[in-house]
Amino acid sequence: MGLVIIDYGAGNIQSIKFAFQRLGIQAQLSNDIETIQSADKVIFPGVGEASSAMKKLIQSGLNTLIPELRQPVLGICLGMQLMCNSSEEGNTKGLGVFDLDVVKFNSGVKVPQIGWNKIGNLKSPLFQGLNEDYIYLVHSFYAPKGTETIATSTYGLEYSAALRKDNFYGTQFHPEKSGVYGNKILANFLSIK
Amino acid sequence: MLTKRIIPCLDIKDGRTVKGVNFVDLRDAGDPVELAQRYANEGADELVFLDISATEQKRKTLAELVFHVAEKLNIPFTVGGGIASVEDVDILLKNGADKVSINSSAVKRPELINELVAKFGSQCIVVAIDAKQLEGNWKVHLVGGKVPTELDLFEWAKEVEQRGAGEILFTSMDNDGTKNGFANKALARLSEELNIPIIASGGAGTIAHFSETFKTGRSDAALAASVFHFKEIEIKDLKNTLKKEGIPVRI
Repeated sequence: MGLVIIDYGAGNIQSIKFAFQRLGIQAQLSNDIETIQSADKVIFPGVGEASSAMKKLIQSGLNTLIPELRQPVLGICLGMQLMCNSSEEGNTKGLGVFDLDVVKFNSGVKVPQIGWNKIGNLKSPLFQGLNEDYIYLVHSFYAPKGTETIATSTYGLEYSAALRKDNFYGTQFHPEKSGVYGNKILANFLSIK
Repeated sequence: MLTKRIIPCLDIKDGRTVKGVNFVDLRDAGDPVELAQRYANEGADELVFLDISATEQKRKTLAELVFHVAEKLNIPFTVGGGIASVEDVDILLKNGADKVSINSSAVKRPELINELVAKFGSQCIVVAIDAKQLEGNWKVHLVGGKVPTELDLFEWAKEVEQRGAGEILFTSMDNDGTKNGFANKALARLSEELNIPIIASGGAGTIAHFSETFKTGRSDAALAASVFHFKEIEIKDLKNTLKKEGIPVRI
């Protein structure tokens, strides 16, 4: 079933679909459990507020499905945050894939962080062949650094710009909006077995 | 380190770019999609599309344009101009806009900001404020700066932040079109009193003006139209100069 983008009513999924289209891949948008289960790869997007997005996941049963997926899964922005244990935004529980708690920036910086920042300390196949470079972010909350961190960025403090646990990947930034460099990260995700 | 953003602004009427654009090598200088891609390749960090058409077809035409831009563009873009309801925003975001900017509609009904933030999140709601000085006080203006209001710029900006907007796009009508530089004193005060990003607009004429607004104006981003459209400033030259001056930019 190729690439499926989970469509649960939270986020600008059109941009992600277009980004893969530019890579020559037609992604399918779906919230159907069987369709998602049978996908080769899954994108878990999300923008907006964490607790209301979590409610939407629970309503559609996706909260139990997502952590059990066996194929490569990429959470983007709020998607990545919801894959953590919890979020301070709306004090919600997360899906518990990544063993981190998402908290709000509170270190003398403007919130939200909006714009292009550099990522470094790159690990994992997601950044295969890539050096540190600029990526586009929009967020008020962040996942601290942990053992699952595969890229870091600095905004008042150093935080997780990307995470990985087994088949689960997450990026705080928007690869679909991060220019040519972002395209390469999405292409890398597509080549993960 | 978060970099300072350079944002070209494209005025759109009936789905086409307006204002003479002298990119001689463009196949169609009035095609917003082609121009947007051109700016992205040259190093623009973000784009703003400001729709100035006032036709019945406006909504549909703008949504179609947004769809075509999103299809091609791999950097973020904001859409503004006459957006007045949750439904308006929903259509634009669904078609691929990253952010929307609201202006007069927020002044007329400030609750709109809260409603949009609750439904779509702060990250995609930009509030544009046009203001000019009347007897030494910055007053918010409507209809592209033509109609004065009683609102004080700084009080309105604080209210906009409290209502949840993710960003403020401040255009000084005193500076707009002058090419004498941005309103850095007012911009610095906005950054002092608020904790959300501020985009400077109005007055760009030289590379030094960008440098000044990032340094003394404390702006997080700078928006300009004609200096980019008429190639008076090349984005690459601009960013190289800013970098030499120690201002963080994406190159």
